[in-house]
Amino acid sequence: MKHLKLLAGSTLLAATLLSTPASAQIEIQWWHALTGANNDVVVRLADEFNKSQNDYKVVPSYKGGYADTMNAGIAAFRAGNAPHILQVFEVGTATMMAAKGAIKPVHVLMQEAGEKFDPNAYLPTITGHYSTLKGEMLSFPFNSSSTVMWYNKDAFKKAGLDPESPPKTWPEVFAMAKKLKAAGYENCGFSNAWATWVNIEQFSAWHNLPIGTKGNGMDGFDTVLTFNNPQLLRHLETLVELQKDKTYDYSGRTNTGEGRFTSGECPIFLTSSGFFGNVAANAKFAWGNAPMPYYPDVSGAPQNSIIGGASLWVMGGKKADEYKGVAKFFTFLSRTDKQIELHQKSGYLPITKAAYEQTKSSGFYKEKPFLETPLLELTNKAPTENSRGLRFGNMVQLRDIWSEEIESALSGKKTAKQALDDAVNRGNKLLRQFEKTVSR
Amino acid sequence: MQKRAIFGGTSLPYLLLLPQLFVVAVFFYWPASQAVWQSFLLQDAFGLNTSFIWFENYSELFADAGYYRTMMTTGVFAVLVAGLSLSLALLLAVQADKSIRGAGVYKTLLIWPYAVAPAVAGVLWIFMFQPSLGVVAQGIRAMGWSWNPLLNGNDALTLVVLASTWKQISYNFLFFLAGLQSIPRAVIEAAAIDGASPTRRFWTIILPLLSPTVFFLIVVNIVYVFFDTFGIIDAMTQGGPSKATETLVYKVFFDGRLGGNLGSSAAQSVILMIMVVGLTAVQFRFIERRVAY
Repeated sequence: MKHLKLLAGSTLLAATLLSTPASAQIEIQWWHALTGANNDVVVRLADEFNKSQNDYKVVPSYKGGYADTMNAGIAAFRAGNAPHILQVFEVGTATMMAAKGAIKPVHVLMQEAGEKFDPNAYLPTITGHYSTLKGEMLSFPFNSSSTVMWYNKDAFKKAGLDPESPPKTWPEVFAMAKKLKAAGYENCGFSNAWATWVNIEQFSAWHNLPIGTKGNGMDGFDTVLTFNNPQLLRHLETLVELQKDKTYDYSGRTNTGEGRFTSGECPIFLTSSGFFGNVAANAKFAWGNAPMPYYPDVSGAPQNSIIGGASLWVMGGKKADEYKGVAKFFTFLSRTDKQIELHQKSGYLPITKAAYEQTKSSGFYKEKPFLETPLLELTNKAPTENSRGLRFGNMVQLRDIWSEEIESALSGKKTAKQALDDAVNRGNKLLRQFEKTVSR
Repeated sequence: MQKRAIFGGTSLPYLLLLPQLFVVAVFFYWPASQAVWQSFLLQDAFGLNTSFIWFENYSELFADAGYYRTMMTTGVFAVLVAGLSLSLALLLAVQADKSIRGAGVYKTLLIWPYAVAPAVAGVLWIFMFQPSLGVVAQGIRAMGWSWNPLLNGNDALTLVVLASTWKQISYNFLFFLAGLQSIPRAVIEAAAIDGASPTRRFWTIILPLLSPTVFFLIVVNIVYVFFDTFGIIDAMTQGGPSKATETLVYKVFFDGRLGGNLGSSAAQSVILMIMVVGLTAVQFRFIERRVAY
């Protein structure tokens, strides 16, 4: 360890001597939660930024999964040595927002650092998730994705379905899943990962239905959950019915069940658009994706989808020149060429309008239409109060409670109605608890 | 015969105890007291707002039906894992204690699982029992049973019980075997000459002489089930489906670390601490009386 530090120190010293004669570089710590190919993207972006100028050095460090990284950041803040930039998953947004004093809003940061910053340059469905109602950006969107429907084209052929026309509506999905089941996919006609993200959160936005009052919590922490509506109830009741003969088969709360698609077990699978890298690497069949299905009799459907993924939060209590470096780094990340690179290499969504337009006009999507599907969903219609996003405190536990209730319904322990009502009531209790903690 | 050595004065014994007391204070009493203090606070994750709320964290827990359910789950889990792993290990140890060919290999193989980390054990079992990809799960399904630990709580509980038991058998086996080997052969042989059958010898001679080991293992196993099975549950089910495999210690982790609710998490660990201390005290008070050292 000592040797390593010494080595790093001497390299740094040598580098400083060679490149910048006068001022020492200011280090900016960036804690993130990305592994594999996505970790490479993070490292490359930091490298490119470091090479592009001499005053600042961004140092990325991997801190474990999303929850681990957030906890590491919180623990470091409590101990007085938080990183400058902390990557936080979207369900942690309300917690970070409520921690005034622990964070520095991005719009304030950019203004103080005197960086040119135009909020209108960004895609509103993406930045809206991380902004105040007035459109002031609180955290910087980094990796964003949305829910799409992946399907197995070979399986469609086998079942006598047209592989180039995937189902558009839920009734079509159910009918096709039954045919697929009859064609040999007997354990799973269709399924999904992220039980609540897909079946409650995205479902509500896509059908322009509220999840809770106060604009899904975006307008205040005194929000109340209201998603036990007839439309969602019908959807859950149908899933419960189809679970009985495995036309639908539950695949768990997180994305651990995604392998059921790539292994060929489930021919229709709803999950994140970020699943793309995995599908491309592991699926041994022709595949494609399509927008999420909807119920045609729900007025306004399909509306627009919402995002998942993570954003970069700037932690409070740092020096002004360090903040200047962070601001310059965010400007660098917003550059059209960087956003295009991020989008095309990692499959994450671009966050600026220019990057999207340029990718589109370059004909990139003709070759890889599956990378545009989530963007088409996000920009399908101008977002409404119900589809801007959601911001609930205690979101990790909320999702868990909702998953539990969905599981109770699917396993027949409760009726779908009872489960949905309990999901709302138990969730509201947690929301009140969060409200109490942040308002004291 | 006087066994004890007598030292004059009290300073030397205390001085000799000091390093141990220091270690206990730093690594046990200090963190424990922090947990007790935290359990009276309502605090956000960042520690920016803190207020002292007396017993509110506790009263909320005891008003929550889910908490009692978790206690029940823990109880069932503890009885099953401790019972199964103790009885299976004893059976294996008694067999291994006989003079059989290849006893050394047999013993070594039985001890191996103890070297596997709980989380790794969990992942291993998941690979075998994962409903769609697991080898064993496919076998079970082929036999016509529906097996789905993702949705069926009993399946999931069975799975974590099996994995936790498997993990603990080696440890118990090791102690039982050592215990068995320290029983004087002469006693057993005398009983055999008197015409006692192997079963009778086991119940009237071996088990009573083994009772200190059994007692020790019961205490250790209860502590194991309450605390160390966390890694297995986290790797296999994360407490699901719908809390069917959530034990008390997993709830502490979930609410505190993932949920950021430090006050409630601290209150739960205090309750857990009291429960285990109480349970151990009861064991020493009542069961130890029946142990023949």
